[in-house]
Amino acid sequence: MYEGGRWEDVDLVLRREGASALTGPGFEASSELVPFLRSDCRILVIGAGGLGCELLKDLALLGFGNIEVIDMDTIDVSNLNRQFLFRMKDVGQPKAVVAASRIQERVEGCTVVPHFGRIEDKPAEFYRGFHIIVLGLDSVEARAWINETACSFLEHDEEGNVDLSTVKPLVDGGTEGFKGHARVILPGITPCFACTMWLFPPQTKFPLCTLAETPRTPVHCIEWAHLIKWPKDNEMEEFDVDNVDHLGWCHREATERAKEFGIEGVTLQLVQGVVKNIIPAIASTNAIVAAACATEVLKTATMCSAGMDNYMMFMGGEGIYTHTVKYERDECCPVCSPGIFLTVQSSVTLGDLIKRISVHPKALGKVERPSVSHGTDNLYMQGPLEEATRPNLSKTLGDLLGGTGQKALAVNDKRLPRTLRVTLSVVP
Amino acid sequence: MGDASAVARESQDKDKRYDRQIRIWGKDGQRKLETANVCLLGAGPTGSEAMKNLVLGGVSSYTIVDGTKVTERDLGNNFLMDKSSLGQSKAECCSRLLQDFNESVSGRFVAETPEQLMDAKPDFFDGFDLVLATQLTSAYQHKLCDICRKSGARVVFGRSYGLFGLVRISASEHTVVESKPDNVLLHLRVKDPWPELAEYASNFDLESLDDMTYKHVPYVVLLIKLAEAWKLGHGGNLPQGRAEQRDFKAFVRSQQRRRRGEPEGVADEGENFREAVENAHYLWSPPGVPSEISRYFADPACEEITSASSHFWVCMAAVKDFVAERSGGALPLPGSIPDMTATTDLYLDLKRLYDSKAEEDCDWVFDRAIQILSRTPGADPSALGRDYVKGFCKNCAHVKVLRFPTVRQEQEGFLGGASQSSYLQSLLLSEDTAENAFVYLMLHAADRFRQTHGHFPGKFDDGVQEDVGGVKSIVSSALSEAGLPTIPVAEEYVQELCRCGAGEIHTVAAVVGGIVAEEAIKLLTEQFVPLSGTLVYNAIRSTTLRIGKF
Repeated sequence: MYEGGRWEDVDLVLRREGASALTGPGFEASSELVPFLRSDCRILVIGAGGLGCELLKDLALLGFGNIEVIDMDTIDVSNLNRQFLFRMKDVGQPKAVVAASRIQERVEGCTVVPHFGRIEDKPAEFYRGFHIIVLGLDSVEARAWINETACSFLEHDEEGNVDLSTVKPLVDGGTEGFKGHARVILPGITPCFACTMWLFPPQTKFPLCTLAETPRTPVHCIEWAHLIKWPKDNEMEEFDVDNVDHLGWCHREATERAKEFGIEGVTLQLVQGVVKNIIPAIASTNAIVAAACATEVLKTATMCSAGMDNYMMFMGGEGIYTHTVKYERDECCPVCSPGIFLTVQSSVTLGDLIKRISVHPKALGKVERPSVSHGTDNLYMQGPLEEATRPNLSKTLGDLLGGTGQKALAVNDKRLPRTLRVTLSVVP
Repeated sequence: MGDASAVARESQDKDKRYDRQIRIWGKDGQRKLETANVCLLGAGPTGSEAMKNLVLGGVSSYTIVDGTKVTERDLGNNFLMDKSSLGQSKAECCSRLLQDFNESVSGRFVAETPEQLMDAKPDFFDGFDLVLATQLTSAYQHKLCDICRKSGARVVFGRSYGLFGLVRISASEHTVVESKPDNVLLHLRVKDPWPELAEYASNFDLESLDDMTYKHVPYVVLLIKLAEAWKLGHGGNLPQGRAEQRDFKAFVRSQQRRRRGEPEGVADEGENFREAVENAHYLWSPPGVPSEISRYFADPACEEITSASSHFWVCMAAVKDFVAERSGGALPLPGSIPDMTATTDLYLDLKRLYDSKAEEDCDWVFDRAIQILSRTPGADPSALGRDYVKGFCKNCAHVKVLRFPTVRQEQEGFLGGASQSSYLQSLLLSEDTAENAFVYLMLHAADRFRQTHGHFPGKFDDGVQEDVGGVKSIVSSALSEAGLPTIPVAEEYVQELCRCGAGEIHTVAAVVGGIVAEEAIKLLTEQFVPLSGTLVYNAIRSTTLRIGKF
């Protein structure tokens, strides 16, 4: 029987020509592609949880040899039903560190560098260094943050055309129970996370008066204990959803209240589910979604096959149903659209720049008391941070933005309908 | 520490370990998983990934069947192979590494090929609850299907082939009580309230209520009362037709009280009135008996209860009687109401009313089910618990019956039967489904190619183009024999098929294996709705298509 080399299965689609209608733009079959994946292509995986473990394994077994992973969590017993790189003895250890070493042990020649910490603590340059960033996250906020960071790398010419070399592809997955999604974001080309924010419905919040006056369900009793009783009884201490004593307190108080109102069904499991906002998760859905994402990483890196265009929804509860849909970019997206173009000298101060922006026609005469940020750096803010950031107004752009080149700023003003994106060409 | 506390501790640890999935399928579903014995055929990446997901979930045992040895190539596409096992049994290696995922699952392996086992020891499959059959060609799929129909094991087939995949289930019948649909219709009975509910509603004197209570009258009560008021002015009829229905909603809104000091002003927005308008449709189109359930009522399995009938069908027969003889057309009340704007006391009063009516309906169905069993020779009425009946009544609007055709029936049906081939024709002609319907036919052609050529198409670098021609001619003759059209990118797809040379790309295998596991879990927990028909996975487009009119 023909065995081939270790990467034979992937190499078949990389070294052999494909049908042009079904491969990516500019695909050139080559036996150099496997070596490219092994040693040159740099991939960052964000999150080493349910999706992250799967993604790391998937990418390693597609031949990617340079992977880094970042995660701020430590391993918990409740992870073990799906986060297959972890064992009971690893409980309490950093997820990124354990996951990286398990992959390296099993997949020879694959380097996985772990980062145990928050994504916000890494500078933008860290993220710029990867060819593709893959997201295995469970929070909308973290997705929005990394999306803004990736979009801040975008550069456009004066006509608003994207400089393709500045596009940082993101591949994003998410699951809940038997459902999930996988998507590919090419900032500036396909819709970014902010273009399709409506995909994430707001969480159900109960009116406080229901909690305080007319509780009807066990969840009302739990939210009352969590949101109303705790701050009243513990002015100094914030409720910590990971603190066993706090959870126990919440369980007792909610049980007491339920009893008082004749409501049944408060259990510790429900208390945890409500206050920690636990998303149910199973191994199989994570495996499916992560693998669909990893396949897209391979396609984006090599163009070996037409890419997913651009969002796949997965529903496994009633049969298996998927829907792959081409979402459209929001041309006015505050995060990924080019917005206003200005060429300025690096000696111009932030204060003067703000004046120039306020008279720009696209500012609609509505920029009077703006807040200005660069990626995730706050340059000048209204409100409580105004005093602290005021000295920046007299600093030069060269100092504030770290030299010359193209820089993307976000300008907010209460009077603006949305964030205004300003693309600066900072010249000496 | 005594044995009892050790047992309690172990059960607590399991609750923690499986917490995130118990929130989906409950302790009952978890218990069913933990008693399941699962057999895996084929320890390649598709099979390994499928079983990995089940071992993590906590099945009772796994048995890995594979007759091949670990090669360098396996190390590159399968996480459950390690270097120390090069040249040794793949089944053994997979079994050993799976064990790391969950110490409470017991594993074993058989180092023989699935094909040898099927040929020589078909009774090997007795005693498994489920068989995951990966990478089998059509001929052995037929064979396994026949063996397992006899032994009673259910089978999930998974096949990864380059950038494509197939998944399907084989079982004679699978019934689901807890189908857990995303959207459920509420059985509120506002159109035809039973006497206690009608009386409860009529006891409200809306005029006399203080403002605070007025804004907290549950919408169920509002709808029943306002429907009565409406009937008085409309010859005893509920709103009929869109215009009247719109008028009724306006009538509901008009009942909100005005804000003090604002006689002409804005209505005092009551959430309960908003909810009443939103749910007013239950007055003119209550859920009734869904057509699917009516079909089950007429099913021979429901009409002829024997000692071999499952409790599912006994309950179905009893519910059928309930609808015909007792309720005048309504299914038993599920006994849960959604949260709605109300004071605590009003809500709990209402909840108790619905709960006690549900208990009463369940009592009737339970009694009838026992009567049915009592008059059935050889049946044991004492084996039917009231809890099961309660669960059945609670979910009876959404219960499911699935009967899967055998692999042979499916394939002969498609390419032989006129009605199936016109179905396939419509798939091939519709833009959304054409490519994946073609992929389905093309993968069958690949198996036929192997029968005649002794290898899968595209196996050798220098023979790819020749094999493209071979596959194309098999597909076109199959299509023309069945009178089916081809698709515009047919040649491109055949090219892609041959390019992959039947390789098992890890991530395609992980998707297919993941779907196999998902179906296995649904079959084992008897919850949610398993896949009927064959699922085609297309990793080029990242799409799927379910093929089958079942």
